[in-house]
Amino acid sequence: MIQLNVNGKLHAVDVAPDTPLLWVLRDTLGLTGTKYGCGQALCGACTVHVDDAPLRSCATPVSAVAGRKIATIENADRSRVGKAVQDAWRKLDVVQCGYCQSGQIMSAIALLSQNRKPTDADIDTALGGNLCRCATYVRIRAAVHLAAKSLA
Amino acid sequence: MSTLTIENVSRRNFLQGVAGLTLGFCLPALAAPAAAGKAATAASFEPNAFLRIGSDNSVTVIAKHLEMGQGTYTGLGTLLAEELDADWNTVRIEGAPADASRYNNLFWGPAQGTGGSTAMANSWDQLRQAGASARAMLVSAAAKRWQVPAAEIAVRDGIVSHPPSKRSLRFGELAADAAREAVPAKVTLKAPQDFRLVGKHAPRKDSAEKTNGRAIFTQDIRLPGMLVAVVAHPPRFGATVKSFDAGAAKRVKGVVDVVRIPSGVAVLAADTWSAKKGRDALTVDWDESRAFKLGSDEILARYREMAQQPGLVAHQAGDTDQAFAAAARVVKAGYDFPYLAHAAMEPMNCVIRLGAEGCEVWNGEQLHTGDQHQLAGIFGLKPEQVKINMLYAGGSFGRRASTQSDYVVEAAQIVKASGGKAPIKLVWLREDDMRAGYYRPLFHHALEAALDANGKLTGWRHRLVGQSILMGSPFEAMMVKNGIDAVSVEGAANLPYAIPNMRVDLHTPTDIAVPVLWWRSVGSSHTAYSTEVFLDRVAKAAGKDPLSLRLELLGDKPRHSAVLRLAAAKAGWGTPLKPGAPGTRRGRGVAVHESFHSYVAQVAEVTVAADGSLKVDRVVCAVDCGIAINPDNVRAQVEGAVGFALSAALHGEITLKQGAVVQGNFDGYPLLRIDQMPRVEVHILPSTAKPTGIGEPGVPPLAPAVANAIGAATGTYPGRLPFSSAELRA
Repeated sequence: MIQLNVNGKLHAVDVAPDTPLLWVLRDTLGLTGTKYGCGQALCGACTVHVDDAPLRSCATPVSAVAGRKIATIENADRSRVGKAVQDAWRKLDVVQCGYCQSGQIMSAIALLSQNRKPTDADIDTALGGNLCRCATYVRIRAAVHLAAKSLA
Repeated sequence: MSTLTIENVSRRNFLQGVAGLTLGFCLPALAAPAAAGKAATAASFEPNAFLRIGSDNSVTVIAKHLEMGQGTYTGLGTLLAEELDADWNTVRIEGAPADASRYNNLFWGPAQGTGGSTAMANSWDQLRQAGASARAMLVSAAAKRWQVPAAEIAVRDGIVSHPPSKRSLRFGELAADAAREAVPAKVTLKAPQDFRLVGKHAPRKDSAEKTNGRAIFTQDIRLPGMLVAVVAHPPRFGATVKSFDAGAAKRVKGVVDVVRIPSGVAVLAADTWSAKKGRDALTVDWDESRAFKLGSDEILARYREMAQQPGLVAHQAGDTDQAFAAAARVVKAGYDFPYLAHAAMEPMNCVIRLGAEGCEVWNGEQLHTGDQHQLAGIFGLKPEQVKINMLYAGGSFGRRASTQSDYVVEAAQIVKASGGKAPIKLVWLREDDMRAGYYRPLFHHALEAALDANGKLTGWRHRLVGQSILMGSPFEAMMVKNGIDAVSVEGAANLPYAIPNMRVDLHTPTDIAVPVLWWRSVGSSHTAYSTEVFLDRVAKAAGKDPLSLRLELLGDKPRHSAVLRLAAAKAGWGTPLKPGAPGTRRGRGVAVHESFHSYVAQVAEVTVAADGSLKVDRVVCAVDCGIAINPDNVRAQVEGAVGFALSAALHGEITLKQGAVVQGNFDGYPLLRIDQMPRVEVHILPSTAKPTGIGEPGVPPLAPAVANAIGAATGTYPGRLPFSSAELRA
């Protein structure tokens, strides 16, 4: 049994220790907001927070995050920054297919939690690992700036 | 094999088709209320297949088209809500069931499906009539209840009112009465100046659930007792399973079963990771005796050789041979285009449950009728016994409109091979998705232009070599004529420029076993490039400005000219570009292209560094897509199309080595990242014409506009995609 702290709730999960956190979240805990895109930390669709830092859950064995503080997209609206990011995303209708957006939003929350006035270059660095095949990047950038403004 | 044949109007002629349809058709199956989805409440009002109004005032629009990002749910809802005069905030959208008798694509005859940027165009009259008809029934119910003339009744934002007596009721309060009203034989639609939603801003209906993780995609479906299947696929197209050893796979904890299917060996497990581990533990001996074993280089060499000989003529005007014989100067160029994967962020997947009554499917469903036929064939069912739940698709770009229903069939074969005991979720890992084929076909183009002594363009020869997407598909009867697949030459055979002598011919190799499919903008994804980049070469040879030459040749094409002029004006065409950093070269390029009956011009500004690396700084777009139903979504689609097309131009290439696909994930097949996204401006031409496509038309002009900007900056007009930085070194 591996002990997990996900979105403030404790879970004991009976899975192989090499199982990526992504599949434990999705298949074991039913938290399907975090998405599978590549399985190799190449696309960012699986981004979650571990101890408040962004992490690619598809390439992280669940055993490596036992007992640490894990937060997923389902938890995003519980913080002021998360709420601001979601509101900005909605105000600008950023999403298209939406599949990558959980990961985009988790990366944006992590950025704005550290840096309340990010430049375009800061956004490129923080979200450079999050692919969007619909290429909603113009609006992602605008939404991060809008969220930053609303938090100022 | 499907027995389905899709006929009716071709895309090329669909505007003419629409004109006929709008005169003739009526609301389909008015008498058959939507049976799908949530059970209607006793007092609900379902005047037609597209609408349900609940006694709780909820307004549910039934969307017949797939939401794969292009905003179709919001657009369809807008059309109906406009004529219903509903309160947009109370409108919700529900995916339609598979039932072509009610939900067919009006441009595809008897077939239900989404594609070719037709969703809004084919629904434009249908859904507005559905809304207007329901509104009339609500009005007549209110008139009866209040004993007043219907003409005195007003409807706005979901409220029916009688201003003279200051009485009003919400839709829900009239729903039960309205349900007893007769469906009006004829309704009058609003004049455009009365629109309150169309052409304004109706926010997307899926933004909330796509930003909190609650939107449900196929990948998220979990049914009681469901098993996840991960498949070992052959290393080459056409290879089959000779034998396999499942011993190690079955010892993986969580693995329940291993079954052989026509397309490989499937490992079934209680969860995804166990299924993957099981799949990776399989030993499969493949029979590659009939496998396809050519590499991309060999295919291209073969195509170049074929291009030496005339092909089937797709378009002929004037006397081309004479024009070239008399030419003072001939310009020639060749263009190569690679196979491209769609690489939707959600890899292909499908859930199927077999029951006593039939089978039930959960899928980002794009070709309902074709998939119903395929699954009915596999399970020995009638097509109507195949129930399909259309879920959000995590992107498609054409991939989920598989003419052979490939991944849906694979899921069904697993269900069948495992005895139908458990519902199956087929999960393709990224590598399965990228190596499965169904690519944008590899193409070679050869172009020649004849110029007279004054530099006037007198002749044009365009030869294309590439696989057909539609031969052997249910669309063959509709879109392959005299051996010419319409989508192989679209954008080339209907070149808009007034050139007196022109020939476009085509070779369609039939011995290349790589499955190919439509990829966002289909034929225009390569024809716009070769024609528009070649035209800049011609302009250069003739000493003309690329914009002026285009406008000169577009004399009788006002819509092309108008978007070109708008994009050029907004981009500051003709004004000097600000110089870049020392050692860099900057350039501006233009391209225009019509696809899916919409017109898009783009002006790109680029900076090329000394090492040949390329940065696209800014793209200015002008769009004529008829009436823009939701201008913000039009802008979003064009912004996204710019990024999608730039991704291919900079990076996109699937290569085969001895028949095996080299790339498997985003390391080998990189997609555009945020730091490479240019500034994009989208300008929409005001229009009163019927709406046309917008999901795809932003794609074709991007790569040629960028290439022409590179040409302006460096003198090199790239002859292949993706661009090679080696070619652009100073």
